[in-house]
Amino acid sequence: MEPLQSTSRGSSGNPVANLDGSREPAGGTTILRELQQTLMPALVLFLVLTFVTGVAYPLAVTVVAQLAFSSAANGSLIGDPQHHVGSDLVGQSFTEPRYFWGRPSATTPAYNGLGGSGSNLAVTNPALMDAVKDRIARLHTVDPDNTAKIPVDLVTASASGLDPQISPTAAQYQASRVARERGLPLEQVTKLIGQHTQMPTFGFLGQPRVDVLRLNLSLDSLK
Amino acid sequence: MNIYAAIEIAVFFVILLALVKPLGLYMARVYRGTPCGLNQVLLPVERLIYRLSGVRPDSEMTWQRYAVAMLLFNLIGLLAVYGIQRAQGWLPLNPQHLGPVSPDLALNTAVSFASNTNWQAYSGESTLSYLSQMLGLTVQNFLSAATGMAVLVAFIRGLTRQKVAEIGNFWVDVTRSTLYILLPLSFVLAIALVSQGVVQSFGPAVDITTVTASTDAEGKPVQTQQIPQGPAASQIAIKQLGTNGGGFFGVNSAHPLENPTPLSNFLQVLAILLIPAALCYTFGDLVGDTRQGWTLLASMLLVFVPLLALGLWAESVGNPQLADLGVDANASLQQSGGNLEGKEVRFGVGASVLWSAATTAASNGSVNAMHDSFTPLGGLVPMLLMQLGEVIFGGVGSGLYGLLIFAIVAVFIAGLMVGRTPEYLGKKIEAFEMKMAALVILIPPTIVLAGTAFAVSFDAGRAAVTNPGPHGFSQILYALSSAGNNNGSAFAGLGVNNVFYNSLLAIAMFGSRFWLIIPVLAIAGSLARKKQVPISAGTLPTHTPLFVVLLAGIVVLVGALTFVPALALGPIAEHLQLLSDSAP
Repeated sequence: MEPLQSTSRGSSGNPVANLDGSREPAGGTTILRELQQTLMPALVLFLVLTFVTGVAYPLAVTVVAQLAFSSAANGSLIGDPQHHVGSDLVGQSFTEPRYFWGRPSATTPAYNGLGGSGSNLAVTNPALMDAVKDRIARLHTVDPDNTAKIPVDLVTASASGLDPQISPTAAQYQASRVARERGLPLEQVTKLIGQHTQMPTFGFLGQPRVDVLRLNLSLDSLK
Repeated sequence: MNIYAAIEIAVFFVILLALVKPLGLYMARVYRGTPCGLNQVLLPVERLIYRLSGVRPDSEMTWQRYAVAMLLFNLIGLLAVYGIQRAQGWLPLNPQHLGPVSPDLALNTAVSFASNTNWQAYSGESTLSYLSQMLGLTVQNFLSAATGMAVLVAFIRGLTRQKVAEIGNFWVDVTRSTLYILLPLSFVLAIALVSQGVVQSFGPAVDITTVTASTDAEGKPVQTQQIPQGPAASQIAIKQLGTNGGGFFGVNSAHPLENPTPLSNFLQVLAILLIPAALCYTFGDLVGDTRQGWTLLASMLLVFVPLLALGLWAESVGNPQLADLGVDANASLQQSGGNLEGKEVRFGVGASVLWSAATTAASNGSVNAMHDSFTPLGGLVPMLLMQLGEVIFGGVGSGLYGLLIFAIVAVFIAGLMVGRTPEYLGKKIEAFEMKMAALVILIPPTIVLAGTAFAVSFDAGRAAVTNPGPHGFSQILYALSSAGNNNGSAFAGLGVNNVFYNSLLAIAMFGSRFWLIIPVLAIAGSLARKKQVPISAGTLPTHTPLFVVLLAGIVVLVGALTFVPALALGPIAEHLQLLSDSAP
């Protein structure tokens, strides 16, 4: 306790305070002792709980995850380990007319796996309208005869910039273009869309959606 | 919004309310120290923790000692997170070879996670090593949540005990909250999330050769993509259950590797409200009258449901300017429709808005859609839910003790009307309690409004704005509302990773967390000394529909009176602008 007492005396500054307040150093010691009594459990408990929640817990989850769900725990990769062509969960950029296009992505380059981001443009920001008009123009350029209304998810940027899916409406909108560009019958393309459409889980969770990368991979594998 | 979304939201409420009683009862047993089902496994661990730390679990603390213990414990955590970030370049588990985090960002992040805010001025995948995420952030995800629950339990003891000075043992409350409640739930949720595709690994990002090439910023073709990895699921589970909200990845639960499927989304949004809702039942059980707990939960829902409905309507109507361009944004069984800028197709409008309301009603702050791109009224909903003081569900523990403070104000106002000394659960509410309650209620709005005024007064504050007009002001108001109420969600366009905002928001987060806990504990200490007064004919019953409306009314009134002028300058002005822009 010696050094602690001297610290409290030192902090009180002038010698007069020491002389006239005989209770002063005693009071200071009590506070310091209490602080010390609190500090030790605080420190040790923090370290112990850090071990439990920051080491043991994530490692236990990792062990179970790697044993029970090894593909899912490692990014749901497609293809053999030497040559991954993508992830089932992360979208890729498609801009050629012969492929189905995914959501516009606000990242640079588009669908940047390490730089996920939304546009964060406000509804009232003129830059958003310019971007949407640009996307509409691009869709019309590659498919000039298509007069259908453009589904909203094809002209608005996703939240992550990595959205792997589009709505069935957005896939149907592109079906005729892809069929024409690839010289395939429309029914075959429509059938492929159906095969890659997921309905809401249990019939009501989430939205119906089409996996763009898987759909395009199966188009490529037709030949 | 289509029928799928409507059913999903209805099922959400059914399952949430069905879980309130079982989990609430379990937590009440944990805090009573009676057998709860996991004792056989966890009691030896608990005892070992006490032995190692030199904690005597039966020695109780006065409110002052409880507060000192809480502050010291959180200060140590804050310093640890700061230190780990600054040193991560030299520490292991850094496969991406990330350098040290800058001092202002490291401080902001440390305060953010220690205060259960989890405001993020960085992107995890490009800033923090796996070690920083695990040993720094995951730990604080647990301990800041456990701190909130501990303070709640101490407050409840103040209500139930008579003529004593002690309100419990902070070390025991934190340990039991972590060990018996947060850890088991997180473990189960983490495994469920991995099964859906949330990553949980320690390797570096995986290189992919994409099907076609795209162009980078310089216009050069790139045909590679990196798929990020990391111990994400373990952190995301506690991020939701502990109302933390800090994402493993920058775009949080919008990231397909953080929230891959509708099922993972449902589990996460359920986890956001689960403990705050169930704690209402725990409260009722601990005070010996479960009706008291259901009353508080009913008040929360009375505010939450109408605001959720407003958000759903606004986002379903969407952006009127898009319709003018010939875009099909109508809801059908084949598409969500509505305002999809900044939203993911797998969630659509319904699940995105449900999340936005849940994450801001609870002080969670994680996002599965970009609130910055919501319609003006769709963005007003999460902003207002934060400004109401994070007492509509709120943070785990902190939301309920916040609402209990409002309950004290409610009985006080009712007492003024009839000219009687107010009481709550048999405890007389007197001048000291009211002074402390006034502090608790006034500190966050003061921080929010003064902070916003400060930020808009400086070039550095205004330069961060990325959207023109009223929405630019909304971005700043949202950031301060979030930090000043320990939420952590953002209008993410605002450029906040700079010394100005890192410092300002760190002060806001620190102040609103810890300067609220101290008066709350002071009330607990004061109430514990008082004796229970018997119920008389003049006692205002606090378990009736009348009290539900009174309590919700006061929460809304205080929030509305404080923030309507600021909201008028931001989202409301923007809404009127949108109407006039799209008028024919």
